[in-house]
Amino acid sequence: MLKRVHFPSSPLPYLLVAPQLAITLIFFIWPASQAMYQSFLIEDAFGLGSEFVWFENFQILWEDSHYHAAFWRTAVFSVLVAALSMGFALILAGFAQRVVRGAMFYRTLLIWPYAIAPVLAGALWVFMFNPTLGILPYFLEFVGVTWNHYLNGGQAMALVILAAAWKQVAYNFLFYLAAMQSIPNSVIEAAAIDGAGPGRRFWTIIFPLISPTTFFLLVINMVYAFFETFGIIHAVTQGGPGSSTTILVYKVFNDGFVGLDLGGSAAQSVILMVLVIAMTVVQFRYVERKVEY
Amino acid sequence: MADITLTDLTKSYGPTEVLHHIEGDINDGEFIVIVGPSGCGKSTLLRMVAGLETVTSGEIQIGGKRVNELEPSARDIAMVFQNYALYPHMSVRENMAYGLKIRKLSKDEINRRVEEAADILEIRQYLDRKPRQLSGGQRQRVAMGRAIVRDPQVFLFDEPLSNLDAKLRVQMRLEIRKLQQRLGVTSIYVTHDQVEAMTLGDRLMVLNGGYVEQFGTPIELYDRPASVFVAGFIGSPAMNLIPSQASGGAISLPGGAQVNSATDANGDVLLGLRPEHLTPDENGPVSIDVEMVEQLGANTLLHGTLSGTNHEMVASVAGHDAAASGTQRRFSISPDLVHLFDPQTEKRLNP
Ligand SMILES: Nc1ncnc2c1ncn2[C@@H]1O[C@H](COP(=O)(O)OP(=O)(O)OP(=O)(O)O)[C@@H](O)[C@H]1O
Ligand SMILES: [Mg+2]
Repeated sequence: MLKRVHFPSSPLPYLLVAPQLAITLIFFIWPASQAMYQSFLIEDAFGLGSEFVWFENFQILWEDSHYHAAFWRTAVFSVLVAALSMGFALILAGFAQRVVRGAMFYRTLLIWPYAIAPVLAGALWVFMFNPTLGILPYFLEFVGVTWNHYLNGGQAMALVILAAAWKQVAYNFLFYLAAMQSIPNSVIEAAAIDGAGPGRRFWTIIFPLISPTTFFLLVINMVYAFFETFGIIHAVTQGGPGSSTTILVYKVFNDGFVGLDLGGSAAQSVILMVLVIAMTVVQFRYVERKVEY
Repeated sequence: MADITLTDLTKSYGPTEVLHHIEGDINDGEFIVIVGPSGCGKSTLLRMVAGLETVTSGEIQIGGKRVNELEPSARDIAMVFQNYALYPHMSVRENMAYGLKIRKLSKDEINRRVEEAADILEIRQYLDRKPRQLSGGQRQRVAMGRAIVRDPQVFLFDEPLSNLDAKLRVQMRLEIRKLQQRLGVTSIYVTHDQVEAMTLGDRLMVLNGGYVEQFGTPIELYDRPASVFVAGFIGSPAMNLIPSQASGGAISLPGGAQVNSATDANGDVLLGLRPEHLTPDENGPVSIDVEMVEQLGANTLLHGTLSGTNHEMVASVAGHDAAASGTQRRFSISPDLVHLFDPQTEKRLNP
């Protein structure tokens, strides 16, 4: 039997949760239900009236090859963003852990990118990779690569992946570093005495022991790539050229605010919402796995 | 199997020197215990032998070969850590096999060795468990197992029993000793527990503040402590130390008592009397005002002060003596059990 705590009937507890409830209601539940409602409507061509159509918007998406393409694009994009930023963060954390002198400086430096707004981060990369003015296309020319992400869809995709991954490295780095530092030194030393070199120690001891962090970060990074990369894409490619960098969240914006297909856009955002809820559930269910030393 | 030689070994962290000019020869197959109070540098010394800390100056030789520059893995040693340092994500079997796999032994050989070690340590039924599913004592055995499967030249132990309860500690202590004698592997064992040190070690290295106070067999340390520190550290209850005046073989204690020493000395001395060497004697020269009695069964500890002074004294008498509290008791002591120390240098005066 669960023992229930009985508050004396006073309005205080309700008062205390009221702000939190209000925020959730106003900024999440209400817009979410609006989107849900919206996704059941189809507007007429002039935006003068709308018709309740149940699941027709979803049905249209189900059959829309552009939407399928965006789905795959998003999958590739987010897997690459997560892999790139986590891989790079892991390497940096591995090195940072060995640094003793100037460790604070090194870490502070690595954390900076996280404090930069996505649009600014995007702008930074746009400048660096500007086909006529940018420094990197200039160097790429020497190795025989002609860079123009305004024309080349693959290059555009590479650029947004790079920019989005870079932005997330700092975050991943912090978590990896903390995870590595929670491994007792003696475990690593025992492995060294057992004859394992630095590489083997990393792959057979450190990496398995930080796997819960890897899993946690994987979910976080997927969610990030799915939703929070909007600003970067908007600044760097605006989904183009063509639709080669239009990932799902960008398509929601494009179809809704540019194409003015509010119903279809709302249906897409409902699908995205379901996806993020699913990922969060996965995370809550499995992230609790802990390593005991 | 190998002997170990420490030559003028020094360790500094930045400007602070924590180990000073350590010298020591450890014979093949010997069990050496490094003992001393917390922070005296025991672990640091052990870790230098292991190769986990760099050597600031001096030389470490294992089996006649200088190892200062060698990686831990190249020194052919095995170490048991205080917190066991088992690999948490591996089963007991994998923990023990890890070092063997790295050395690319055949599967059969690895299994044979792991199972042999598991039999010796009686952990065979736990081979497929993870460390978190084991008790402290069982983890301890696994850590030992991981050390012995490697068949190294040297075992290093850093307070391996300090996380166990008192009873298990005594049991594991005996097992470690038996195991070491059976395998005949040179071992260095760090502890701050003097009983553990006395019972385990062929020889003890007493460290204090980064200096070696004395290096010798437990009996040498007990019978002829080289310094006041060793005198106070080895033996329980600790030796009584009384500032006194010597003139030839006659020692005058504060409060007027006189005892005889086999050694001649003159001037200020620090007189050392072991509690268990004070023999009850109606006409003895040393008189104690007993304030408290601790009955241990086999013997009784009488705590009090040297009559006529404030010097704390402890005497240990055989059998029961419950009625001593609040009385005055007299003791005599044999001249060759009297220890004399220089009060300035705190070094032993007796030969
Ligand atoms: N990395 C370090 N940097 C600076 N000083 C250190 C470092 N490691 C140890 N010391 C110092 O060296 C001295 C010896 O430490 P060590 O760990 O060897 O002590 P110990 O004898 O093992 O003590 P304990 O019984 O508490 O384990 C201590 O005074 C400690 O403060
Ligand atoms: Mg220590």
